[in-house]
Amino acid sequence: MKVAVIKYRAGNIRSVYFALRRLNIEPIITDDAATIRAADYVIFPGVGAARPAMDDLKESGLIHVIPELTRPFLGVCLGLQLLCRSTQEEEVRGLGLYGLEVIRFPSTGKVPHMGWNTIHDLQGPLFKNIIEGAYVYFVHSFYAPLTENQTVAVCDYLVPFSAALQQDNFFAVQFHPEKSGLVGETILRNFLNL
Amino acid sequence: MLSKRIIPCLDVKDGQTVKGIRFVNLRQAGDPVELGAAYAGQGADELVYLDITATIEGRGAFLKLVQRIAARLNIPFTVGGGIRSVYDVEALLNAGADKIGINSAAVQNPQLIDQLALEFGSQCVVLAIDAKKERDSWLVYTHGGRSRTDLQAEDWAKQAVQRGAGEILLTSMNHDGEKSGFDIDLTRRIAQAVNVPVIASGGAGRMDDFVQVFQQGKADAALAASIFHFNEISIKELKTYLKNHNIEVRL
Repeated sequence: MKVAVIKYRAGNIRSVYFALRRLNIEPIITDDAATIRAADYVIFPGVGAARPAMDDLKESGLIHVIPELTRPFLGVCLGLQLLCRSTQEEEVRGLGLYGLEVIRFPSTGKVPHMGWNTIHDLQGPLFKNIIEGAYVYFVHSFYAPLTENQTVAVCDYLVPFSAALQQDNFFAVQFHPEKSGLVGETILRNFLNL
Repeated sequence: MLSKRIIPCLDVKDGQTVKGIRFVNLRQAGDPVELGAAYAGQGADELVYLDITATIEGRGAFLKLVQRIAARLNIPFTVGGGIRSVYDVEALLNAGADKIGINSAAVQNPQLIDQLALEFGSQCVVLAIDAKKERDSWLVYTHGGRSRTDLQAEDWAKQAVQRGAGEILLTSMNHDGEKSGFDIDLTRRIAQAVNVPVIASGGAGRMDDFVQVFQQGKADAALAASIFHFNEISIKELKTYLKNHNIEVRL
């Protein structure tokens, strides 16, 4: 099984690498288009700022490679946001796989949304054996709103938002499965069993 | 619903976990990686590792330790202690830390907070404040509690958040090591002054202290060390207790 983790300027890729190692998988961390196209599974992690991350994807040409992938693909955190059409964060244009605009949490509460929160209305293979109301770990200031066809998990913080999205082979989670204890490990395993 | 977090803190010196009582008198409390993994298994929500090694050689060893921690833990962890520069932070994040805590260096050079937030994002920048009550105000101390500054804790917290700190780790020096409860007034004051999460630290002794700091102190998370290291309170037992007091926790 070949698992590629996309390397770009988006913070802590190592934590995803370690999480896969704990599942006895040795991923390839790469920004090489051919390697990514040849992988059985592709993970698109990321924390931090949207603009340098997107600039980096443009520079490496991955901005054109990612939307054409046909194997199971998993965006994590910033990875989810960059798969959307655009984000309010510095008005960055995303990859457009989900037709959503990522927006900033209202200032009626503490931002970032940081810590363990529950997810519900779970749908699809990513959440096999995950109970409604399971806790996962979030750290983010922007969120993807709910959408009728693509939201496969919901979280409530100040507003209800998409904790996970799916369009065909493109899965994405706003939380960090690599930091979400046993629940997170199950979700990663579910993805790698697709 | 977003849960309140329970965070064991591990002070690390020369590769071993130690806990300072009132910042002096260190006692051994085990291997940092094993201890951290055990806490994660018991339901700790996050961990904080504080490097209290002073030497350059010790720093390199800490970086290796951070890698071992990252490889092992499936929950987030923050590292702090002696961080001076963007370069230090980059090395620790690359080693696998999720967040970094800065204290003295940020007081000396507040722009460091802006730089770190810009470079790595606010979500990984934790401002640690050691505050000591003098008359009616809380003053900020640096260098492990050895140097007094003129900064008021509340003003400093606000400024740091404006500059990009994503979380405040607030330690009451008066309460630290005393096991007589958290400083509720200080915690509430800071938690209401800033719009980022506040971790209360210093003074945990009984399970009810945690109830108070969440309900009265408005803390988002609570940190403790010795009560966990010496098995005086287990994390599972504590979380069950909190849940029975209608505090949202991850069980």
